Amino acid sequence: MTRSARQHIIQARGRRASNPRGARTPEKRRAEPHPQLRLARVSAARAPAVLAVSGLRKAYGSLVAVDGVGFDVAPGEIVGLLGPNGAGKTTTINMVLGVLAPDAGSVRVEDRDLASERSEVLEHMNFAAVYSPLPGNLTVAQNLRVFGLIYGVRRLAERIEALLAEFDLARFRNTKSGVLSSGEQTRLSLAKAMLNEPRLLLLDEPTASLDPAAAREMRARIRAFAARGGGVLWTSHNMHEVVEVCDRVLFLSRGHILLEGDPRSLPGEHGKASLEELFITVAREPLSLEGA
Amino acid sequence: MRPPRPRRVAAIVLRHFYLVRGSLSRVFPLFVWVGIDMVLWGFITRWLATGSTFRFSLVTALLGAVLLWDFEARVMQGVTMAFFEDVWSRNFLNFFASPLRLAEYLWGLVLSSIATSAIGLVVMLLVATAAFGLSFAAYGALLVPFLLVLFLFGIALGITGAAVVLRLGPAAEWFIWPIPAVLSPFACVFYPLATLPAWMRPVARVLPPSYVFEGMRGVLAGRSVPLAPLAGGAVLAAAYVVLAAWLFRTVHRYAVRTGLVARYAAESVS
Repeated sequence: MTRSARQHIIQARGRRASNPRGARTPEKRRAEPHPQLRLARVSAARAPAVLAVSGLRKAYGSLVAVDGVGFDVAPGEIVGLLGPNGAGKTTTINMVLGVLAPDAGSVRVEDRDLASERSEVLEHMNFAAVYSPLPGNLTVAQNLRVFGLIYGVRRLAERIEALLAEFDLARFRNTKSGVLSSGEQTRLSLAKAMLNEPRLLLLDEPTASLDPAAAREMRARIRAFAARGGGVLWTSHNMHEVVEVCDRVLFLSRGHILLEGDPRSLPGEHGKASLEELFITVAREPLSLEGA
Repeated sequence: MRPPRPRRVAAIVLRHFYLVRGSLSRVFPLFVWVGIDMVLWGFITRWLATGSTFRFSLVTALLGAVLLWDFEARVMQGVTMAFFEDVWSRNFLNFFASPLRLAEYLWGLVLSSIATSAIGLVVMLLVATAAFGLSFAAYGALLVPFLLVLFLFGIALGITGAAVVLRLGPAAEWFIWPIPAVLSPFACVFYPLATLPAWMRPVARVLPPSYVFEGMRGVLAGRSVPLAPLAGGAVLAAAYVVLAAWLFRTVHRYAVRTGLVARYAAESVS
């Protein structure tokens, strides 16, 4: 099978997964949230994709980092972008964030093209990444104020107070971000990511430096965000967390989407006992899964 | 092209205001070095003026030149320092993956530089006037265009320096610091352009500060007001600002095409 034909099939699978029917709805696949949140998610899932990525390609010289990647994230959906180091996850995320120009393909957020309406599109999304902490020489409140102005947040003072309370950062408001523990910095990054009440949230290892209790709390917040209709693209190497949080996962290998599906049923479909086992197979023997 | 949004520009200025306000090590350089320069050159000038046969005040000529050149260097450093703060704190991804437009970011750097260089200028004026009797009355209203040309050229140098560091990586900041010193012999800060050897003069003529310092000495020597050359210097300086902004934009596009912006956040690129 040619690469483009395989990609076509993968994208078709992606569309099915983005618009699931019957038993494959994200709500039923995930540990059940509060019934009212569930209702909100059901109605949100019928809306058009909050993120539509199509035919993304990026090469660095002769090295093709991402090749024909396409997927959707529906409102209220949490999509896990998985893969071994060097699979193309960060390259894909950087292209979605607009800090890396693709050689081909498009990124649309709520049907607006990132390339031609960059600033307007980025107003409606946000991100948190472990490798991009907020400036450590500003205090927590100062960082939120600066980024609140950049994102055009209305009633900024009120919004900051609400986020400080929500992310348990109120006692650190006048503390320089650089002296916070890594867990506190992660909470601050997430608070910044929520500042503009985005429609799309990109999270790169958002719970990597959190203790289990804080990580659980954070996952609950992200789920609540999705329940309000926001779309989430999530990368993580913690497969237990992915199973718990994500509605759908995309396995990237060597720059293209190798597998896509429900993180709970996907391992069984490929004869693996767990998502972690499937991950290891993707990392070590991706060819055994080609065309699966 | 849409006009810059004031709130976003204000965010960049606010970020640097917070940095300066919260750090003595950032407050001191705003006035300590220029203050030391004024004291040092003030005494040198006073000594040289003893028995001087010049037709004009050495204090106004020499100390005034040092002050104006320091101002230009402060303007440049105001831009580059504000930019370097983002380099050092690996903040590019946060800014460039946000709705912030490049023009808004550059306006923020320029306004931050205006604030910091104004502090340096006030300190220099206070020291030079109070301790050494420097008076800018001899320049009259020409002081405004003198400062404007130097300000514009300082902005152009600052943006160019930021573009170089964005392109070559954080270690390239060592190319940026010596720029004012490298340019000063060509800028004719302390001597007339005619003093330069023939090969240096064309370089001096494409540097706007040379028109300011030539004009300054002409005014002090009682010659007519050099409006045409000064206007030429102003046009040249404005053109350099446009060129510098174009260079920064080009480098930024290159950085987005190659992934340099994203890598700035994750690692050192050089």
